[in-house]
Amino acid sequence: MIAALAFYLFAGIVILGAAMTILSRNPVHSVLWLILAFFNAAGLFVLLGAEFLAMILVIVYVGAVAVLFLFVVMMLDVDFARLRAGFARYVPFGVGLAVVLLAELLLVLSGSSFGVSAPASSHAPVIAGLTNTQALGSLIYTRYVFVFQAAGMVLLTAMVGAIVLTHRQRPGIRRQSMADQSRRTPAQATSAVDAARGEGVTL
Amino acid sequence: MIGLGHYLAVAAILFVIGVLGIFINRKNVIIILMSIELILLAVNINLVAFSSFAHDLVGQVFAMFVLTVAAAEAAIGLAILVVYFRNRGTITVDDINQMKG
Repeated sequence: MIAALAFYLFAGIVILGAAMTILSRNPVHSVLWLILAFFNAAGLFVLLGAEFLAMILVIVYVGAVAVLFLFVVMMLDVDFARLRAGFARYVPFGVGLAVVLLAELLLVLSGSSFGVSAPASSHAPVIAGLTNTQALGSLIYTRYVFVFQAAGMVLLTAMVGAIVLTHRQRPGIRRQSMADQSRRTPAQATSAVDAARGEGVTL
Repeated sequence: MIGLGHYLAVAAILFVIGVLGIFINRKNVIIILMSIELILLAVNINLVAFSSFAHDLVGQVFAMFVLTVAAAEAAIGLAILVVYFRNRGTITVDDINQMKG
């Protein structure tokens, strides 16, 4: 009973958050609705017994990706009102397409051809007495270790790519040159001049 | 009792909302990127739901990798967006036609 109530609560807020994400006038509000949707999706994951993924969702999505979105939305000085022009023109076509897509999906689902029960030969059965995090760890560090490493490479590539793309060298800005500094000797930097009496010194 | 079908229905609705978001905000790249995140979230809900109801952890492992790719895609997409805005001063999708594709 409580589980069903929690499911409907989380599911309802996920869908509300997603709908408001795409309908909000202000992109900052969109990002905040997206964060709400992610939080409640994490709740759904907890209900499904996937605690580790729920925490990953909160940490990675809310903590990193959504904040990245927020940062970009606030940093770019974009006229968002102009971007919304033509919004009403696209709505009928979009809604029609969405209704057709949703009807098809629900038709497939209501066919109830998903006779999902625990199959006899499960690849990675859930072991009783092991927490979700322990079970996932014992899988990704053994059988899926190469895929795990590949995921790390994907993230490294993304990091390098993002830095290379957004890094810029501004011309006309004097930068510190460590090599030049340490190569400099007293002979280059100072000079001894004989100062004649009554005259200035020209350097 | 909440069954697999309920979770699949939530994921289907979320997926459709994501697709709808791409269609109705087709000028605003930021909202389009957020819609893609919603679509990937729907995929993850499907994977985790099947994993949970089939008592098979592989689905959760795969959902983790989907999450990884989604994070990488968001970072690269936003970086491209920032560079584009710096060069052109706008992020309207209609103006992105320099490659004449």
